[in-house]
Amino acid sequence: MKWFWYASPQTFYPLAGTIARASGIVAALLAAAGLYIGFFVAPTDAQQGEAYRIIFIHVPAAWMSMFIYVVMACWAALGLALNTRLSGMMASALAPTGALFTFIALWTGSLWGKPTWGTYWVWDARLTSELILLFLYLGFMALQAAIDDPRRADRAGALLAIVGVVNIPIIHYSVVWWNTLHQGASVSVTRAPTMAATMLTGMLLMALAFWAYSIAVSMVRVRCIIRERGGASSS
Amino acid sequence: MLATARAIVYRDLLVAVRRRSDVAVALLFFVIVTSLFPLGIGAEPNLLRAIAPGVIWVSALLSSLLSLRRLFEADHDDGTLEQMLLGASPLGVVAAAKALAHWMVTGMPLAVIAPLIALQYDLAPQLFGVLALSLLLGTPVLSLIGAIGAALTLGLRGGGVLLSLLVLPLYVPVLIIGAGARRRASSCCSPRCWWWRRRSRLGQSPRH
Amino acid sequence: MSDFFAMGGYAWYVWGSYGVTFTLLAIEVVMLARRSRHDETKA
Repeated sequence: MKWFWYASPQTFYPLAGTIARASGIVAALLAAAGLYIGFFVAPTDAQQGEAYRIIFIHVPAAWMSMFIYVVMACWAALGLALNTRLSGMMASALAPTGALFTFIALWTGSLWGKPTWGTYWVWDARLTSELILLFLYLGFMALQAAIDDPRRADRAGALLAIVGVVNIPIIHYSVVWWNTLHQGASVSVTRAPTMAATMLTGMLLMALAFWAYSIAVSMVRVRCIIRERGGASSS
Repeated sequence: MLATARAIVYRDLLVAVRRRSDVAVALLFFVIVTSLFPLGIGAEPNLLRAIAPGVIWVSALLSSLLSLRRLFEADHDDGTLEQMLLGASPLGVVAAAKALAHWMVTGMPLAVIAPLIALQYDLAPQLFGVLALSLLLGTPVLSLIGAIGAALTLGLRGGGVLLSLLVLPLYVPVLIIGAGARRRASSCCSPRCWWWRRRSRLGQSPRH
Repeated sequence: MSDFFAMGGYAWYVWGSYGVTFTLLAIEVVMLARRSRHDETKA
């Protein structure tokens, strides 16, 4: 079947290049549209003023950070189950981008928090969970960096990613529970309470743009990995 | 299968008894770290009483981390681990048995000592039971999750610190529930609901 | 135009967010490009 033909790094290599180029263009277009709507079409928020415009990056980045981790874990599981080399390479290719989006979510969340809650950091459930997600990403990358043999690195990383993805809901709910225990901090994350249609559109466009960007970047990275492991013919 | 598990637990305990210093060091670390917090934060009794469960739990977590490398390393070094891999018993049993032995040697003593530390923090005596019980339930989970990290980082350079980095995020729910349980018990009615929660956490620690 | 840059007084937060974000994304792309080129010269 066509899918399994592409499971070999060698045959996937040119396909990855094509996907990267296409996704890159799509990402640029979507971002342009999203940013235009975000800045010039969406109205000023009644409560938060212009500061809320950070939402057009913060929320998509947070979504991507979680989505990429799940996709990473799926590739990892696939690699363990089917013993395909490419799956492990895909997981490794996704991790840095996922970590980057997690950091962006934290950074933008922090800068959004200052004008809206009055403080740069607050131990609310979502920010705290996001922070732990960053640690999970960095742990994955550190583990793979510490192992010399690529196959073992892939397997170890895959196991860690799967354990991590199982734990993410647990971590999230325990942090939510923990947060309700400490309601002394009484800040609830308030977004623009009624999401105007334009705001939603802008956010969705940016989310799609980030998604296309992630695809493009991880395709390029997986090509690098394929090359570095000696799996690519000239292309 | 049970015989294998029993043999492995017995063997690991024997090794631990012969290397008593390893066990003692982890316990000592726990005690020392809990003494550091008042020195760093200030000895105001109300403050100490408030932070006691969190401090004790974090210290228990850290000292559990310290001893995790030993879980597989010695066996890996002298070839026993390969024998276990070649052997007939399922690896899950081997790993679980080793984790159990690890807990008996590190986690269980912690739970026993914790009330003494709690005394230092002027914790209300009726809460000692809850504290010990939460540690008793939580430390096996630490051993199990730690076993995953120990297995993944076996033989790697920088293994100890890397192990901590991998395992600490996974420890977070245990910490939250364990330490939070204490607070719940002191404020509200029965610890029964979080106790149920702890048991379900224990049930789903994956083993490799 | 200056209104746009001022962002209602929240310039630091909004542009701090967008600026850091796009800078980091650009850095990622550049690093990947360099890695690609490095691989090609080695191969």
